[in-house]
Amino acid sequence: MIKTFPRGGIHPPEDKISAGSPIRELPLPKTVNIPAGQHLGAQADPLVKKGDKVKTGQLIAKSSGFVSANIHSSVTGTVAKVDLIMDSSGYRRMTISINSEKDEWLEGIDTSNTLRKNITAKKEEIIEKTREAGIVGLGGATFPTHIKLSVPKGKKAEVLIINGAECEPCLTSDHRLMLERGEELMVGIRLIMTALGVNKAVIGIENNKPDAISHLQSLIGDYPEIEVQPLTVKYPQGAEKQLIKAITGREVPSGKLPIEVGAVVHNAGTAFAVYEAVQKKKPLIERYVTVTGKNLSTPSNFLVRIGTPVAELIEAAGGLPEGTGKVVNGGPMMGKALNSLDVPVTKGTSGILVIPEEKSFRKPALNCIRCAKCVSICPMGLEPYLLRAASEHKKWDMVEAERGMDCMECGSCSYICPSGIPLLDFIRLGKSTVSKIIRSRKQ
Amino acid sequence: MDKLIVSPSPHYYGDYTVKKLMYGVVYALLPAFLVSVYFFGIGALIVTAISIVSCLAFEYLIQKYLMKTEPSVTNGSALVTGLLLAFNLPTNLPWWIIVIGALVAIGVGKMTFGGLGNNPFNPALVGRVFLFISFPVQMTSWPTPVASRLQYTDAVTGPTPLGIMKEGLSAQETVPQLMEQLPGYMDLFLGYMHGSMGEISALALIAGGIYMVFRKIITWHIPASIILSVLVFTGILWLINPYDNADPLFHLLTGGLMLGAIYMATDYVTSPMTPKGMWIFGIGIGVITVAIRVFGAYPEGVSFAILIMNAFVPLINKYVKPDGFGEEVKNG
Repeated sequence: MIKTFPRGGIHPPEDKISAGSPIRELPLPKTVNIPAGQHLGAQADPLVKKGDKVKTGQLIAKSSGFVSANIHSSVTGTVAKVDLIMDSSGYRRMTISINSEKDEWLEGIDTSNTLRKNITAKKEEIIEKTREAGIVGLGGATFPTHIKLSVPKGKKAEVLIINGAECEPCLTSDHRLMLERGEELMVGIRLIMTALGVNKAVIGIENNKPDAISHLQSLIGDYPEIEVQPLTVKYPQGAEKQLIKAITGREVPSGKLPIEVGAVVHNAGTAFAVYEAVQKKKPLIERYVTVTGKNLSTPSNFLVRIGTPVAELIEAAGGLPEGTGKVVNGGPMMGKALNSLDVPVTKGTSGILVIPEEKSFRKPALNCIRCAKCVSICPMGLEPYLLRAASEHKKWDMVEAERGMDCMECGSCSYICPSGIPLLDFIRLGKSTVSKIIRSRKQ
Repeated sequence: MDKLIVSPSPHYYGDYTVKKLMYGVVYALLPAFLVSVYFFGIGALIVTAISIVSCLAFEYLIQKYLMKTEPSVTNGSALVTGLLLAFNLPTNLPWWIIVIGALVAIGVGKMTFGGLGNNPFNPALVGRVFLFISFPVQMTSWPTPVASRLQYTDAVTGPTPLGIMKEGLSAQETVPQLMEQLPGYMDLFLGYMHGSMGEISALALIAGGIYMVFRKIITWHIPASIILSVLVFTGILWLINPYDNADPLFHLLTGGLMLGAIYMATDYVTSPMTPKGMWIFGIGIGVITVAIRVFGAYPEGVSFAILIMNAFVPLINKYVKPDGFGEEVKNG
């Protein structure tokens, strides 16, 4: 049976034009820029300085707090500088710049493609190795994974949900990963299940990837506790709360975490990274990235070292097409527009989308005609038109009372609005102001 | 290319535009318009043309010279208002009354509040009700279908089925007696009766409604709630006393009910934002309509019912909220 979340949702063009391109390894970059803060939480403390020699897989910045993650070198070479360099957010961040010389991995790391199915690691060891490897949520949220592997005291995890929905249009990196590294993924899921102490896992996949669904279904023979669940193609099917609702029927209460309803969600890419960290001792120094766009000559899926400049990915996919207007880090619905192609690929980069200039501008905004489309498609059951009006008139208490903080910024309202009103821009403004107010209230 | 364009997400936009939605309504109204032309001939063509041209002209002139803004006549909303106003008028109405109606609809009903999106009442209905109260004689003389095809203001006229029913019942006749003087249900369904230009054919109006729901121009909630509440309310009355009260089917097929339920009450600007609110709105319209038809002085009450419920929309929007995700714990 195909499942889906019941409330709201939209169906943007899928544009998965790179779905048929097998993953290719990108040539080693000459220089990598590895930001110390690639994850949600505190940025890591750099351990290296200019002139230091580093090996591939070596720890170069150390997790600096509870919510933080280790950073490893993705190449072998000399540290050129440790300085503030602009990353994909457009801000300058502490970044370790390394000139790559060769590819000599740190001893003990298994770089072969041999499948290691046999799990010997215990719960604590899995969490510790995940933490050491600097793994963060690879779906784009980049929340440190080891925290999500440790179930808080007093709570019980009942089911692990693996997010293979890939509901963002254009992106295909998780799709290719599920097709090409399915067996490793299964071991990764087993490892996460062991860490969480759950005996059931469900892989949710939108049914526009029938090959991935049938491939994984052919593999679960060895894993009776893992299930593959086809999902309706509907955005945002891969949003954490919507995915849990679709698969388990449970609704995560407003302002609470999924563990409240006994669910833990990890991205398929994250599960694969956990496999590599535990079974192959390999830290998170590379990831799968989709490079796509209608005018790009060869839309591709690459295995990319963290820190590689975005420009090199686009070059490998045929070069920046004439008349490009926007380059987006991520998918078209939630991705961030880049203001430079020199910025590096980081742990959260799931795709690079090239949009032609004529598609890069918004429609002119007209009066709200109260058509109620934003209300009917909001997957969180909010009233975007009202939140927008409240934010515009600086009625912050109203933004809070109308549950503006429940907005996950999926962008469906801005997408659907016939008047071209940038609803989400206003809601973001409201959310950031309200969160400041809430913080000041606590002090 | 030197510079990249940067803007917040999303970077994809849907196909909906105000213009597309408005023209969608226009397409949906075409079958009913063709039926009107078939039954009322040149009168239907003249009334529609005058109504549309004057609505567009007033919108343009008011935006350009009074509000001093960029005129937006091409977005289709004035076209819809003009078309709907014409649908609500008898096809023998003198041209100058139609122009006054268009001025009230666009000028008073829409532009005084700031134009599209800000008007609390349905502009076409504001125009229609203004004319109905100001020119009751002209507004209640309905040309005879088919027979008056080649006539305009000199058309042969007659009463509407609802008018016959109201008159007859107050003259102590019974419903079964009155039904013999009225067209059969099939004629009512197809539109072979006296009435305002566009309200006559339930078949054509429903076909347009299905098209709008299918194209996601409107949702089914408002039409369904109005039709259901009229069905239930008149059904109860009919079961209590079938001699004094017409049956539900008669109520559904006559007067402006289908036109009102599918095209007038579903006006975006003047209807509620949530499905629950739409139900309250629709049930209110249904109940008020039947109350006016059965207990009131007028034979027909759809326009008044919609305008009255329009006034409640801000209140409904304030108190009726969508079910929020994770708002109540519904996990069992």
